[in-house]
Amino acid sequence: MPLNIGCTARPGRGRDNKTGSWRVFYPIFTEETCTGCEICVLLCPEGCIEKKGEKKYVPDLDYCKGCGLCAEECPGDAITMEKEEK
Amino acid sequence: MRELRIHGRGGQGSVTAAELIAVAAFAGGVYAQAFPAFGVERRGAPVQAFVRLSDETIRLRSQVYEPDYIIVQDSTLIRDVNVFAGMKPGGIAIVNTEKSGGYEAPEGVRIITIDATKIALEEIGLPITNTALMGAFAAATGEIDFSALEDAIRGRFEGKLADTNIRSAQRAFEMVKGGNA
Amino acid sequence: MKEILEGSHAVAEAVRLCRPQVVSAYPITPQTHIVEALASMVADCKLDAEYICVESEFSALSACIGASTAGSRTYSATTSQGLALMYEVCFNAAGMRLPIVMTIANRAMSAPLSIWNDQQDSISLRDSGWIQLYAEDNQEALDLHLLAYRVCEDHDILLPAFVCFDGFILSHTYEPVDMPTQEEVDAYLPAFNPYQRLDAKDPISFGMYATPDYYMEFRYENQRAMLRAKEAIVRYGTLFKEQFGRDYSGLIEGYELEDAEIALVAMGSICGTVKDAIDEMRKDGIKVGLLKIRCFRPFPDEEIAAALAHVKTVAILDKNVSLGSKGAVGLEIKDALYGSSIAVYDYILGLGGRDIRKKDIRAITKLAEQGSGDMFYGLREELL
Repeated sequence: MPLNIGCTARPGRGRDNKTGSWRVFYPIFTEETCTGCEICVLLCPEGCIEKKGEKKYVPDLDYCKGCGLCAEECPGDAITMEKEEK
Repeated sequence: MRELRIHGRGGQGSVTAAELIAVAAFAGGVYAQAFPAFGVERRGAPVQAFVRLSDETIRLRSQVYEPDYIIVQDSTLIRDVNVFAGMKPGGIAIVNTEKSGGYEAPEGVRIITIDATKIALEEIGLPITNTALMGAFAAATGEIDFSALEDAIRGRFEGKLADTNIRSAQRAFEMVKGGNA
Repeated sequence: MKEILEGSHAVAEAVRLCRPQVVSAYPITPQTHIVEALASMVADCKLDAEYICVESEFSALSACIGASTAGSRTYSATTSQGLALMYEVCFNAAGMRLPIVMTIANRAMSAPLSIWNDQQDSISLRDSGWIQLYAEDNQEALDLHLLAYRVCEDHDILLPAFVCFDGFILSHTYEPVDMPTQEEVDAYLPAFNPYQRLDAKDPISFGMYATPDYYMEFRYENQRAMLRAKEAIVRYGTLFKEQFGRDYSGLIEGYELEDAEIALVAMGSICGTVKDAIDEMRKDGIKVGLLKIRCFRPFPDEEIAAALAHVKTVAILDKNVSLGSKGAVGLEIKDALYGSSIAVYDYILGLGGRDIRKKDIRAITKLAEQGSGDMFYGLREELL
């Protein structure tokens, strides 16, 4: 496929690029220790963590690339990273 | 090709004089080129401006070193700068001064002294001497018609400012024509 | 119609006639009179354009990139340090393939601070992907703006262009020019038809990220577009000649070159002085001619090699220096003539506004005849 003149790209390509396939570790959210601070939502580089309830946060695993930033920064240690395949 | 070198100080209108002489000459059907040579861009610093006139297209871009004519906006410049440098025999030097002579010019160069500052102060109310000296240049050299000079001045300045500058030019023109300069 | 006006104002008029929709520039000596005049035209409703005031040259060209990607015909002007401040933006404009036209009122680079002319500024941007055209006089400076837009906006080209004219020597010189009418310019330069543009309904991004798998191909496409521009300049230069009578069909031009044994090579306003010096030297029996380079990027190497094939000696007049090497034009000419038996000498001259006279051209011709070159010419030895 020839290159686009001016190095142009359409935004749809970003949406189609499902970074979930890059994941080695995936996050597990524990409601009991969650403070509901939403730092995980704000920090997620892929913007793929969604609030589903009072203390219920769910990553979109199509896009979560397993970087672990949410787990690292969670003040209540409510997120742990687990190996994708054992 | 005839070449003019104007010596002045920043703020005296030397560049404008060169431009308006070129505009007036062009109106008379002559190819003209006018350009400045700034030293430091400050009021009072010596500046030069140049005009070339020819019946053919002018391609030369160097400064003027062997002028047919010079205009000296202010006789104090003669202390600082060799204004007569390189002048051609038969050339004409127009010097703004209260004095009637006493300048050493190269052989064959005619010096015309005129108190352009007095004229400018009386006509314009400011010591802006360039238009008076343009009038003297027109009369002394015959390179430009006075009416073309008048049009050129009117093209640059508006209303009363144009009127006073034209009066200043006219007075100097008539003084030189009448041999009173 | 022939009229007499300052070079900067002739360029501003030419730009007005090209109907730019967005002008963004930051004033800098000796470019200021151009953008002052354009700002007045916009304020007086003589030019229907958006004039974007900015705080720097970096912003000026960035605004032009934005406007050009949005589908506007876009113009800027700068010189010297201003162009240097645009450095990375220049590469972006070229890489995004935006047909921006920018006047360069050529001026020396600091330090030491100099407001006067040489061509170091635009020459230093030679690798940025902008077409570079150099004007000998104010007529050519005016005309090259029309040509530049015509070439740049061609969908086979899509590149930005500098129209370079020597600061002060041309920008501040009053001389007659033949000013075309709006109808004539409209007949030559059609309304801007962007190849692609930003559109909220159909969003795209310009100048995206390219991994090592793609980057080289993008650069190669830029190079191919640049090389295609040679043919486009010739084609639209010929069209210009047919319509206006002035011939810009060549990337280079010869003067007394056909039977010359010594060829001087130069760009810009110095060519006028060189032509006068050649007329004098020809009267003295010296077989000397001029090869004028109008288009420095793309570089017309094959055309130059053909035009100089018959001469014995070439002397290049370089108003720039690639410090640690030679003059930039000299290097290009040596490359173009590689493998020939022609003696090629480079002369660095006229830096920072050092005046160049006919006698200097004669002296350089003599030096070349004697086989002495690749030097700074006209140094004041007492200062060294």
